[in-house]
Amino acid sequence: MQKTFAMAAMLAAAGAAQAADNADLAAIRAQIDEMKKSYEQRIATLEKKLAQAESKTSVQPVAAPATSQVSQPASGFNPEVSLILQGQYKNMKDVPERGITGFYPAGGHDHGEGAIPGISKRGFSVDHTELVLAANIDPYWRGQAIVAMVDGKAEIEEAWFRSLGLGHGIGLKGGRFRSGIGYLNEQHPHMWDFADAPLMYRAMFGAEASYVQDGVQFKWLAPTTTFFEIGAEAGRGANFPGTERNKNGSGSVAAFAHVGDDVGVSNSWRAGVSYLTTQAKAREGHFEDVGGVEALGKFSGDSRTWLVDFVWKWAPNGNPKYQNFKFQAEYLNRHEKGDFSCEDADSANPGACTGGLNSLYRTRQSGWYAQSVYQFTPNWRAGLRYEQLDSGHRDFGANAVNLALSDYRPKKATAMIDYSWSEFSRVRLQFAQDKSMLGITDNQLTVQYIMSLGAHGAHKF
Amino acid sequence: MKYLAIGFLLLAAALSARADLNVFATVPEWGALAKEIGGDKVKLYTATNAFQDPHRIEAKPSLLAQARQASLVIAAGADLEIGWLPLVLRDSGNPAIQPGRPGYFEAAAFVTRLEIPAVVDRAHGDVHAAGNPHTHLDPRNVLKVGEKLAARMAELDAANAAAYQAGLAAFSGKWQAAMARWEKEAAPLKGVAVLVHHQSFIYLTNWLGMKEVGTLEPKPGIEPTSGHLGALLQRQQATPARMVLRTAYQQDAQSQWIAGKTGIPAVLLPYTVGGTPEARDLFGLFDDTVQRLLKGLR
Repeated sequence: MQKTFAMAAMLAAAGAAQAADNADLAAIRAQIDEMKKSYEQRIATLEKKLAQAESKTSVQPVAAPATSQVSQPASGFNPEVSLILQGQYKNMKDVPERGITGFYPAGGHDHGEGAIPGISKRGFSVDHTELVLAANIDPYWRGQAIVAMVDGKAEIEEAWFRSLGLGHGIGLKGGRFRSGIGYLNEQHPHMWDFADAPLMYRAMFGAEASYVQDGVQFKWLAPTTTFFEIGAEAGRGANFPGTERNKNGSGSVAAFAHVGDDVGVSNSWRAGVSYLTTQAKAREGHFEDVGGVEALGKFSGDSRTWLVDFVWKWAPNGNPKYQNFKFQAEYLNRHEKGDFSCEDADSANPGACTGGLNSLYRTRQSGWYAQSVYQFTPNWRAGLRYEQLDSGHRDFGANAVNLALSDYRPKKATAMIDYSWSEFSRVRLQFAQDKSMLGITDNQLTVQYIMSLGAHGAHKF
Repeated sequence: MKYLAIGFLLLAAALSARADLNVFATVPEWGALAKEIGGDKVKLYTATNAFQDPHRIEAKPSLLAQARQASLVIAAGADLEIGWLPLVLRDSGNPAIQPGRPGYFEAAAFVTRLEIPAVVDRAHGDVHAAGNPHTHLDPRNVLKVGEKLAARMAELDAANAAAYQAGLAAFSGKWQAAMARWEKEAAPLKGVAVLVHHQSFIYLTNWLGMKEVGTLEPKPGIEPTSGHLGALLQRQQATPARMVLRTAYQQDAQSQWIAGKTGIPAVLLPYTVGGTPEARDLFGLFDDTVQRLLKGLR
């Protein structure tokens, strides 16, 4: 192509040169040479540009990215490891069997005969040490396990896999996981803003204050600028308020919906509503009979829980580092319906329930808490929490005459202040006035530490 | 061959129903760069502003909703956003923006990072194993990242590939001219010793040949303590600094304290686009940064 062009240029030049003399001829030749050179150069660059443009449009879309991330050594394949150290010093009344008056005693962890449940431990104590292992399994799945270790025991708190590549806003999780119901339910104790869980969570799910599913979770995030998410879970349902039932199919079903957004640059909020339904079979609990003798109650039937949660966070300019404020509140309403049997807890000490007595059982109970935490410098935070439960309507049918039942509204007020040296270490001082047990006003003082080692886990909103 | 290429282009154009490339930028500087390259072809959402510490952002619901719809996430990388971005990406239910996919772009991966720690231990504070993540304050890095980013945008949105390349060409022409101007203007800054609040400016000081002689934070991510500030004051005798630098998102009290005690000026730098009224775009960011440094020198 460039040859024909150059020849045409030469011919044109030659035609013009006919009339010229020899001296001019040399100058013209030099000019032609120069023209030829410059045209050849221009054409070559044009061709190069064309080739580049062609390769960019046709080849580039399939070309793999050279390096999309910071390169890491082979040990980068090891899971992210973190370890949570948590413990406390506690001053409170000596109450042998801590419960919440008017609420079905929820089973907690059994750490062996004679062991004092964590919730009743006074003086110095060490909480569960949580070991967290997490990693992407492959491009499609991510896995995480949380092992809680305490005195000769290790238990699997969570062990799940979740999807990364399903698309369309869909998230799938399977294994053992903290249920997505409520707001606090998914949070581990080291993320709590107070040293203990709200009464409402203890009344709902026992001493661990979280409903854990062994099952599957499906979530869908809507393609909207306002955050809207719905989810559903099906699980074994062996945990309180349900019981182990050894059956096919799902033992518990949960559903939740969350909506959230920003208000200006400084405020963010999230609100949610959740529902949990499960069944219990011979769910045991200790009751006091009319004569003050301990009786063993067993409930079989349906348990349905509604939860409403709201969280609002403020930080000047949306920069939470120096100052921020968080308000959070949740409401619970539980309805249980079924059969109740009452018998002697100890046959050597017979009471009103001797011989066993069956009756119907119907309760509707509720509770709420509201709390605020204000971080006023990068290191210091202070918080207040108030909570109240309502033992509500309880119908024990024929058993009502045998048991000592009292309507009661358990209350608790808590104040805390904590100091963080960094994001990884925190120490907290907390005062609480606990009126969750009829006739007892328990003033509690807690000094707690929370230390996290290792990988920098991101926390949910 | 040509017909095939044209056919491919048409097909790609037909397949991408939306002409816009939905970009989720974690920080303003890389959002601004995407806008320079893509212009009106880019629908940009910037997750943070110049008054927010990018280390300490929460995985807000609004971020999840935006990530759900993004086709390209531009992150600073080098663990800057580790406290919130991984969670946002995973919970978004959007496979296109997961790390390892073309829809996930880390700026720090394409530049020479400084301050890569020899020992990764939190005893040294909140150190980033991959090095200092504040790479954008060296304009040469902006250009390097821009080249890779334009290629990535063209890859994701083939229909507008030519527009992105043209956008990059126009930007890099202007940028190189501006860089020459900044370097000339900033010549008096060479060798000037400064104190910094956090190690946010290492790429800037490295580019301009300035010297960082201390940080107000005793360790990265740990708030300045009175003991440490006192020690800095002592060092001022032996290794005097000419000014103390901070970003728009950092508290001014500590730099002002140092300024009051030593008489050196406390200089607020925009740090990123939007940090000062003058830093309206990337050009404004560097114009204003250089001007403020020169003013601090006077």
